[in-house]
Amino acid sequence: MLGIDDPLVLLAFLGCIAVTALSLVYGLVRRNAAVDEVTQEDRAWALDEKKVEDEL
Amino acid sequence: MNGHATVGWVDIVVIVGYLLTTGYLGWLGYRGTRTAADFLVGGRSAHPIVMAVSYGATFISTSAIVGFGGVAGLFGMSLLWLTFFNIGVGILVAFTVLGEPTRRLGHHLGVHTFPELLGARYQSKGIQIFAGALIFLFMPLYSAAVMTGGAIFAATQFAVDFEVALLIFALVTAAYVIPGGLKAVMYTDTFQGFVMIVAMIYLLWFTYSSLGGVTEAHRALTDLADLVPPPLQAMGHQGWTAMPAFGWGATTYDLWWTVITAIILGVGIGVLAQPQLVVRFMTVRSRRELDRAVPIGAVFILLMVGTPFVTGSLSNAWFVQHGPLLSGQVVKEVDSARGHALVGLMKESAPGRWEPVMNPKTGKPATSPMVVASREPAQDAAGAAIELVRGRAPSVTYAKGDSDQIIPTYIATALPRWFGLVFFLALLAAAMSTMSSQFHTIGTAAGRDLYERLTGKAGSEPSVLVMRIAIVIGLLVSVTISYNVREEYVIARFTAIFFGLCAASFLPAYIGGLFWRRATRAGALASMTVGLSVSLFWLLLVKAKEASAIGLVQLITGGKTSLLADFPNWPMVDPIVIALPLSLLTLIGVSLITRPVDREHLRRCFPER
Repeated sequence: MLGIDDPLVLLAFLGCIAVTALSLVYGLVRRNAAVDEVTQEDRAWALDEKKVEDEL
Repeated sequence: MNGHATVGWVDIVVIVGYLLTTGYLGWLGYRGTRTAADFLVGGRSAHPIVMAVSYGATFISTSAIVGFGGVAGLFGMSLLWLTFFNIGVGILVAFTVLGEPTRRLGHHLGVHTFPELLGARYQSKGIQIFAGALIFLFMPLYSAAVMTGGAIFAATQFAVDFEVALLIFALVTAAYVIPGGLKAVMYTDTFQGFVMIVAMIYLLWFTYSSLGGVTEAHRALTDLADLVPPPLQAMGHQGWTAMPAFGWGATTYDLWWTVITAIILGVGIGVLAQPQLVVRFMTVRSRRELDRAVPIGAVFILLMVGTPFVTGSLSNAWFVQHGPLLSGQVVKEVDSARGHALVGLMKESAPGRWEPVMNPKTGKPATSPMVVASREPAQDAAGAAIELVRGRAPSVTYAKGDSDQIIPTYIATALPRWFGLVFFLALLAAAMSTMSSQFHTIGTAAGRDLYERLTGKAGSEPSVLVMRIAIVIGLLVSVTISYNVREEYVIARFTAIFFGLCAASFLPAYIGGLFWRRATRAGALASMTVGLSVSLFWLLLVKAKEASAIGLVQLITGGKTSLLADFPNWPMVDPIVIALPLSLLTLIGVSLITRPVDREHLRRCFPER
């Protein structure tokens, strides 16, 4: 199949495409599923991170 | 042998134009929202494409494209298992399983580096220092791999010496990394990611179409199985579309253990514990942003890793069908009906007189498998009559036996010249986006994790100075390693060593820290110590390629390349196979017999549970 006789290499070739397809499906199904909330703690963390980056 | 051309003014204009665009995007970024942290501070969300491509550009470097692509050219499409792991583990598992817990834990504990994350979770200054030191000491090895990949390509494409290419590459990287690239301006990363995407799509299309289509290309490669060079056949190479021979206890299985343990497992699993990638999760706004980045990240990695692996393998079929003609004398007929033969390569020493090409490594006449296209009478250097054959060989012959040269040689020979320039820009992009995060990690490891922890001066001005000095040292060490170490598939090996060290030392403690409340400080420290010690022991004394290059094992054993040199396959086994399970068992065992973490700290780490 597809010019590849070794089933394990063929599986790797098709597996790469399959796992990418799975990722696409996951992203589509879950695109709005999770909560999208930025907490005070998240903001405080980001301000601190910005400070570190700016210093550097 | 290939389509080399020197650097022309068009090349210079395009490269400078590209660098100016990168610089302009960086400057635009500085004026407004630029980093993931800025997005978060502003309460806004980075577009999932920006987030995913920026992460992918950090993940993928010249090492994957030139180094591992070249290894695929040598060992074949079995390397696609690494692509599978890169997508399945490096994107799907990393984003969906580790991303959110890492982001939450990092924000709850207010940490900003990977060593800080481990140190805070386990309430241990020692763990943070340990992790910081490991990163500071060993990450330059990975940076050197990235730099070597870029420099080899530039040297081949523009027909300059490797040393000159390395110097220019290092200067361009330094100019990008030192003043501003460290800030991981997301739009710059994304622009670089898109340059890489365009280059890979064209490369894939060109390769398949020049070989007649997907199935035809694979079939052509499958049919070349008997042209695998004899030294690789002796290791278990069964063709470029076949897995290496599997078994234990004979050197004919060496290749399987090299490909599976060092290349596929070492890098495929090691990516989960890459400090520069783990910290990216903390800069993400929410779980939703992570979920949305998964599909784009997967497609990006498929293109970035799958393309060079497929192209590297198929370059063998391309060279056999379209490569420049080589000359020589048949040493052994392999399949005379199809013209497959082992040929001693020859060059014309004087008009009509032919002499053997010598292999610089062995000092013996060079041989290569070849598809013979024509035969003609000729004379050797002494004037004796010989039958001279002309034909084409697999890519490793054109790359002069160096797998790191396979992708550069293929692109310089097979593809249009303009593409060589585009591909160079893609490599520059891949290198810069990865190296900026590598040096950022080296700098913060030295400043925050080592200097501040050891001196107790948190957030002080000298700490920033230490970070800057560490970055310059890291850059110099990387260039020095790149300059001095030029051995068999060194790019892939350096990358695999660093990924393996990180996996064995950090992975159990990191994952245990996220998901197992019973994981203790003593367990984590013991696990990291065991992981690192076993890995280093194995690299210094058992794994033949690395141990023999370092030289200590020869002193101890009186010249052998491994402590286990008399036991076939052991010298090929990667440290990760031994060190990671031991490190995991140590974490579990020591944690279970030591005092549990106090509840108050656990509540701080995991308030939502």
